[in-house]
Amino acid sequence: MYFDSLQAALSMEGHGSFVWGAYLITLLIISAILLLPALRRRRLLRRIATELARQESGYATGKGAR
Amino acid sequence: MWSFFHKLGSPPWLYDIAGSILRWLLPVTIMALLVGAVWGLLFTSPDFRQGNSYRIIYIHVPSAVVALAGYYVMAIAGAVSLIWRMKMADVAMKAAAPIGAALTFIALFTGALWGKPTWGTWWEWDARITSMLILLFLYLGVVALYEAFDNKEAAGRACAILSLVGMVNIPIIYKSVDWWYSLHQPASIKFSGESAIDSSMLYPLLLMIGAFYALFTCCLLMNMRAELVQRESRTAWVRKLVKQNGAH
Repeated sequence: MYFDSLQAALSMEGHGSFVWGAYLITLLIISAILLLPALRRRRLLRRIATELARQESGYATGKGAR
Repeated sequence: MWSFFHKLGSPPWLYDIAGSILRWLLPVTIMALLVGAVWGLLFTSPDFRQGNSYRIIYIHVPSAVVALAGYYVMAIAGAVSLIWRMKMADVAMKAAAPIGAALTFIALFTGALWGKPTWGTWWEWDARITSMLILLFLYLGVVALYEAFDNKEAAGRACAILSLVGMVNIPIIYKSVDWWYSLHQPASIKFSGESAIDSSMLYPLLLMIGAFYALFTCCLLMNMRAELVQRESRTAWVRKLVKQNGAH
């Protein structure tokens, strides 16, 4: 490792806040672009599942009434 | 060859193949990003002139490179959907826009954080920075334009035309550092001839560039999968998929 201590790695001779800030923001954005499409797909699949379940029960009661 | 193109137009085939690519590409991408970031942050020596602030290069350059490459993906997909009316190309174009916007934003933001300690300013209306800002607006424009139309076929055509017109910005971004020599430095890595960067800094940078390309691919495939489920929600294959998901 280049730095002698954790303190030195965090401060980076005064540039620490810029460097770590840049990496932190990048981490947040990358997490967002990886998680959002996965969540969207899962939400869609769940919505379609409830829709299908409702349709099937709807057909069942419709038949029962006849 | 033709059967491949035929399959490419088939939503369930594309959904499955994207899923099986993601199963291995996603963990590899995340590993490469972590290794590259730790390498660049802690295991390289500082630049003799810029000190430690140069460590931002390991995210700034890869995000900018892939933001540009992503624009080609979006514009070519747009052209294919415009010319051959290929539905899956429209899906790819729509999927690429938000990722490109995120990467362009990372490039601009990390550039500002790099500029402050290095140039003494967060922002400068330098040709490279301004043309990257236009790239961000082009990406966001495609996202917004798609949402603005109720008729999604018209939306796709309008977005394809916008992304093709926006192509004029791409050579401007590439050449901006040579045409208007101001604050932003020219490229240090060259395909031909010697790179102006030491190999101890070059290897982690190349790893990060590769990792960001993989990241773009992963996000593109994930966005396309979500979009396919939405567009095809009433088809038999999606219903089958939903039933399979509910089974386990």
